[in-house]
Amino acid sequence: MENDEHINVSRRTLLAGAAFAGVIGSVLVNLPSAAEEAVPVGPAPDLGSLQRVKVDLVKPPFVHDHEQVATGGPKVVEFTLTIKEMPLTIDDAGTVIQAMTFNGSVPGPLLVVHQNDYVELTLVNPETNTLQHNIDFHAATGALGGGGLTLINPGEQVKLRFKATRAGVFVYHCAPGGPMIPWHVVSGMNGAIMVLPREGLKDGAGNAITYDKIYYVGEQDFYVPRDEDGNYRAYESPGDGYADMLEVMKTLTPTHEVFNGAVGSLTGDKAMTASVGETVLIIHSQANRDTRPHLIGGHGDHVWPGGKFANKPDVDLETWFVAGGSAGAAVYTFLQPGLYAYVNHNLIEAVELGATAHFKVEGTWNDDLMAQVEAPTPIA
Amino acid sequence: MVSLALKRLDAVPLFVPAILLLGLLGVVAGQLDQLPHSVAAAPFPETVRIEPRPYSYRASGDFQQDGVPINGPLVSLAAPAPLDIMRFEVREDEYRRCVEAGACEATSARGIRDDFPVTGVSFEDATAYARWLSSATGQTWRLPTIEEWAFAAGSKAVDHALKVETDGSNQADRWLATYDQETAAVVEGPSAPGPFGNFGVNEFGVADLSANVWEWTETCLTRTTLPTNPHDDATSIVSCGVRYLEGRHRSPMNVFVRDARGGGCSAGVPPENLGFRLVRQAPWYAGVVGWFSWP
Repeated sequence: MENDEHINVSRRTLLAGAAFAGVIGSVLVNLPSAAEEAVPVGPAPDLGSLQRVKVDLVKPPFVHDHEQVATGGPKVVEFTLTIKEMPLTIDDAGTVIQAMTFNGSVPGPLLVVHQNDYVELTLVNPETNTLQHNIDFHAATGALGGGGLTLINPGEQVKLRFKATRAGVFVYHCAPGGPMIPWHVVSGMNGAIMVLPREGLKDGAGNAITYDKIYYVGEQDFYVPRDEDGNYRAYESPGDGYADMLEVMKTLTPTHEVFNGAVGSLTGDKAMTASVGETVLIIHSQANRDTRPHLIGGHGDHVWPGGKFANKPDVDLETWFVAGGSAGAAVYTFLQPGLYAYVNHNLIEAVELGATAHFKVEGTWNDDLMAQVEAPTPIA
Repeated sequence: MVSLALKRLDAVPLFVPAILLLGLLGVVAGQLDQLPHSVAAAPFPETVRIEPRPYSYRASGDFQQDGVPINGPLVSLAAPAPLDIMRFEVREDEYRRCVEAGACEATSARGIRDDFPVTGVSFEDATAYARWLSSATGQTWRLPTIEEWAFAAGSKAVDHALKVETDGSNQADRWLATYDQETAAVVEGPSAPGPFGNFGVNEFGVADLSANVWEWTETCLTRTTLPTNPHDDATSIVSCGVRYLEGRHRSPMNVFVRDARGGGCSAGVPPENLGFRLVRQAPWYAGVVGWFSWP
């Protein structure tokens, strides 16, 4: 019976994909004329003369090595994202969901390029997967962010190139059409790309901002169905849990709101680290739902809440707003040692639903900035 | 408050001879008379008797000296009284009897098996259970103190003193050390409780100590300021709205909290599950009637 349901869901999935392909077809037909009116159509670039770079991606919160200031002209930067449908434990009670991921992590890895580089992405959907997938880059222009050109079935791969024309951090996510879109996104299928200005980050006065460390925090809302007793349900495959999950999704009330795929994935022995005097760039994405990062005991020295580097950064922020479907960037130089919590400052989401990370910061205490003048003592 | 309690205790010996003369046989007969009914309502929990031995434990509470947090002292006891403590943490099926009797609130834990320790219980829940069990058995059951818990836990008691030397100039050292120590102490893997007895016994036969269920104690939060001059008195503030849990690390908790997890503790690692076990208070006449082979 469950198998039958699964097959039905899979069929529905394929049908949804087919219907969506039809929509995209018409959109694509319309695109050239609209583009011709607005801006000249760019010639097919001669990429043969450009330097090609192949990047090995790393699992968040870490970020692959990259230059902060670009050397030389635009490059073609090659990435491969392999889609992996997989069970994922999302809390310390052992709740398991059927996650959909880019490269096996929630969020997918952070891709870093420079403005006007060409991103050449190979997207792989291994035949061990059960669903159609694609990728929509908010950094890309046209074809639904590339989603219209990348829809692939299990056992297929596709290669997309887009020019990273705008500097900033941008979400990417799977968007295979209709009800599949939110379902794939809240099953974990999202990540971010950072397009750095070629000359690097600048403060509002044009001074260079460099960072010693970078961390990528991907915030994720999960909607896990419960059984009659109130226990979280586990499913055999993504399709198996689709109908139940949709009901929970439509409440707009997540059961989990977590950083990097699970409650506690950035705490304890996985806490992020820094030293006093180090400048840390924190990239924070949420592909679906608004959030408001806050560093307890610290600040945002320079913050691009919208994540787009051509705008002057805000300074001295306590909390910054990252709209659902976008990524923000914040730079902070740690001034005091100790433990910092980095949270979604809807504290219910931070504490009860899981959106908490920790920074362990080593260094020398600065009494000028803070001191306990008098230890706790009975009231006189 | 403390002195009043002491006065009352001081008065107890005055009544002892009278009660011994007039009531002893009646009391014992009454207890024996209750037994058959009590057993039906609540079987006597299996206990372990911890025999007197010299032992030491880390004093409970926060300690500070010269404005700087320090480790509490190690307290040594030569030969405490024997202690009867539950071999296992109170189980789901045991706790449910109290709920069905209307004396305990149902826990928020869902779908847990009967043979699992009850979790998701607050200090208030635990003491309500102790009251019910006492009336159902005619014995006096209560939560252990930190001192008693350490006495029974033996080698399973975790000394929560920080293993770092700090001179107080950098308070962050203690925070980071606490964080690392508590992180290291937490059990790997899912924190869902297992069947009782799952985590083995200590040298006295007490089971499942310092596993993934933290156990409520009776001991209130205290903050003690040690004097700079050792001849001066220490001062202590006691706050009984917060009690200590014992387990992989000692954790103060508001008495009404049932689930400390949440994952959001901004400066520490929360206990994974909150449960409890009880000790049986030796009746005041235990020494006198010991030769009646009291259970």
